[in-house]
Amino acid sequence: MSSPPPNVGLFVTCLVDLMRPVVGFAAVKLLEDAGCVVSVPAAQTCCGQPAYNAGDQTDARAIARQVIAAFEGFDYVVVPSGSCAGMIRVHFPGLFAGDAPMAGRARALGERTFELTQFLRDVLQVPDVEAEYIGTATYHDGCAGLREMGVKEQPRALLAAVRGLELKEGGEAEICCGFGGLFCVKYPDISGRIVDGKVDDVLATGADTLLGGDLGCLLNVAGRLKRRGSDVRVRHVAEVLAGMTDGPPIGDP
Amino acid sequence: MEATTRNFERNARKALADTKLQEALARLSHGFPAKRRQAIARLPEFEALRDAARDIRNDVLENLDFYLERFETRVGERGGQVHWARDAAEARSLVLKICQDAGARTVTKSKSMIGEEIAINEHLEANGITPVETDLGEYIIQIRREPPSHLIAPAIHLSKGQVAESFKEKHGQFPKDRSLEEPRALLDEARTVLRESFLEADVGMTGANMLVAETGTVVVVTNEGNADLTMSLPRVHIVIASLEKVVPTLDDAATLLRVLARSATGQEISVYTTFSTGPRRPGDLDGPEAFHVVLLDNGRTTMLGSELHEMLRCIRCGACLNECPIYRAVGGHAYGWVYSGPMGAVLTPVLIGIEHAGDLPNASTLCGKCEDVCPVRIPLPRMLRHWRQRQFEGNQSSAASRYGLKAWAFLARRPALYRLAVGPAVAVLGMLGRRRGRFRRLPLAGGWTASRDLPAPAGRTFLALWRKRPAGRP
Ligand code: SF4
Repeated sequence: MSSPPPNVGLFVTCLVDLMRPVVGFAAVKLLEDAGCVVSVPAAQTCCGQPAYNAGDQTDARAIARQVIAAFEGFDYVVVPSGSCAGMIRVHFPGLFAGDAPMAGRARALGERTFELTQFLRDVLQVPDVEAEYIGTATYHDGCAGLREMGVKEQPRALLAAVRGLELKEGGEAEICCGFGGLFCVKYPDISGRIVDGKVDDVLATGADTLLGGDLGCLLNVAGRLKRRGSDVRVRHVAEVLAGMTDGPPIGDP
Repeated sequence: MEATTRNFERNARKALADTKLQEALARLSHGFPAKRRQAIARLPEFEALRDAARDIRNDVLENLDFYLERFETRVGERGGQVHWARDAAEARSLVLKICQDAGARTVTKSKSMIGEEIAINEHLEANGITPVETDLGEYIIQIRREPPSHLIAPAIHLSKGQVAESFKEKHGQFPKDRSLEEPRALLDEARTVLRESFLEADVGMTGANMLVAETGTVVVVTNEGNADLTMSLPRVHIVIASLEKVVPTLDDAATLLRVLARSATGQEISVYTTFSTGPRRPGDLDGPEAFHVVLLDNGRTTMLGSELHEMLRCIRCGACLNECPIYRAVGGHAYGWVYSGPMGAVLTPVLIGIEHAGDLPNASTLCGKCEDVCPVRIPLPRMLRHWRQRQFEGNQSSAASRYGLKAWAFLARRPALYRLAVGPAVAVLGMLGRRRGRFRRLPLAGGWTASRDLPAPAGRTFLALWRKRPAGRP
C-alpha cells in the first residue's frame, strides 16, 4: 500500500463490550488484515442511544461530546453495529443545533463513521476475506444499518466469498425484529409478537445460522429462537468473516 | 368517541390475544405492502414523484393563509360557503346548524376521518338526526359502534363472518336464514339498505382528500362511488375537512393523487375521483342546492413552524400503518382513538394532549420503515423522538424509567467509573450463565425474559480484555 495505512478508531459499542467481546476482536482482525492501524480509545462507553431515544437530550449530548472528543483524531471511526454508527453519523449533529462549532465537529466525525462491513467494502474495497464457515445462513438487516447507513449489499458481498457458506434470504429480512432498545422491555408483549414473526421468517429459510450486524437484534432474536427450542446458531457477521467461530454462538453454552 | 389511549398497554395485550384480529392483521400485512411495492415497481419515476408531492405540500404549509383565502374566495364565487371551525366543538355546531336549517332528518356520509375526529355522528344522533355511513367499511363499523381501525380501511380488523353476524343482527327486515357467506352477498345487502338512505337524505356529508385553491374544488377519492351519490343526491352538501388539506392547483392535486393511490392500495388511481365545485348551476343535471365547506383547525395551526410542522404534509394514505411492525402486531384500536400507526402516534398527542396519549410515541422501535414508505417523506421517527423529548423534559415519563436512565447515563458519561461498575456485573452474569449460555429468568429482567431467553454475557468486557492484549500491538 503506497499511502500510509488508515488510522481507525474502533467504537466497540456497549453491547459488544459487555456481552460479546469476540465481535470486537473479530472487527479488529478484519480491519488489521485489511491494512488498518486500529486503536480502541479507553474513553468509550456507549453511543448514547438509550438516552437519545428516551428523549433525554442532555445526557445524549454529553455522551456525544465524549465520543467526539475521543474519536475525532482518527481518520475513520468504525463500528460493528449499524445502529450505533447511525447514531454517530445521522443523529449526533442534530444534538448540537444551537452550537455551530460542535455541530461542525459532529458532522465531520459523522462523515468518517462507518458500519464495519460498509467500511470494509465501500471504503477499503476489500474484495474478499479469507474465511470458512460450514453452514447455511440467513441475514437479518438491522433497521438503522439498513435505512440510516445504507448497509445491505456489503455484508452479503463479503459473506458470498466465505468458503462453505451458503446464504439464504428470508422473505422479511428488512422487517424490524422488535428489539428497539428500551422498547423491548417497556412493551414486552408487542416486542415478543414481533420477534416471533422474525423467528418464523428465519426458520422458514431452513438456514442453520442467523447472521446480522447488530448485537441488539441478535440478542433479541437468539433469545426467542432459544426460547422456542431452536438450534439455529446466531452470530455477529464479523465473527464469521474473521473466522472466529470457535466459541459458542449467541445464547448457546 | 371516548379516547382509550391511556390504556394502550392493556388494549395492546387484548389485541395480541384476539385471534380473529390477528388473522385480519396478517392479511393486511401481506396485502397492502405487496400491492404498494408492485405499483411502485411499475412506475420508475415514483421517487421523483414523491419529491414533487413533498414540495407541493411544503409550499402549501409555507403559504397556508394565502391558499386558504383563495380557496374561500373561489368557493364563494361559485355560490358555496366556507365556515371556519377552531376546534371540534365549533365544527360540530356548524354542521348541526346547517343540517337543522335544512330541516334534515337523515344525513348520508361518505368516509371522513375528520368526521371521526370531531365525532359528528354522535352529535347528530344526540340532536335527532340520523347519520348513515355509505362507505361499506365505515357502515360496518357504524352499526357495530366501533371506531375505524385504519385510515383507508376502517373495518380491516373484522372477518367476513363477523360482518355477517352484525348484518344479521342489524338488518331485521331480511329473512333470518339468508346466506351471507359470500362477500358479494354482504355488499348487495348493504347496497339495498343504503339505497333507501340515499333517497331519504336531506344532507350529504363528505370529507375531502384535497381542497383546490385555484378553483375552489373539493376532491374526494373512493373505490365504491358512494361519495358521488352522497354529494349529488341530497339538497345540501357539507364538506368537512381539516384546513391543511388545501393544495394550490388542479395539477398539484393530480400529482398528489398519483402518489396517494399507489401508496394506499397499490392502485394507479382510485376507482372514483370526484371533483365537486360549488352547488348546482342552472342547467346542471344534478348536484346539491347548497354547498358548505367546514374547515377545521383543531390545533393544527399550532404545529406550523414547530418540530411537528412536517406532519401536516400527511395525505392520509395509510402506508405507514401497513408497514409498521407495531400496527401490524396490535391493529388500530389499540391506539385508543381515531388515528393509529406512526402517523397517529405523532398526531393524536396534538389533538387530545400528550398527557392522554403518552404511550403512543413510545410504542415504537423507531425502525424507520414508516418514513421510508411515506409518499411525502415525513420524518415520523424524528417526530416520535420529539414527543419523547417533550415528555422527558416535562417529567411525564415514568419515574422508574427516568431514574434508571439517569443512573445509567451518569455512568456512561464517566468511562472510568463505568468500567468499575460494569466489570463485576458482567463477571457474575457470565459465571451464572456459562452452563446454559442463557437465562430463562433473571431478577429485574422480566420484560426481556417474558418471551425470550437472555443470552449470557461472556464474562469479561471487551475493553478489559483489550487492555491485556500482548504489548507491541497498537
Ligand atoms: S404519514 Fe405519510 S405514510 Fe403515513 S398516512 Fe400520512 S402520508 Fe401516508
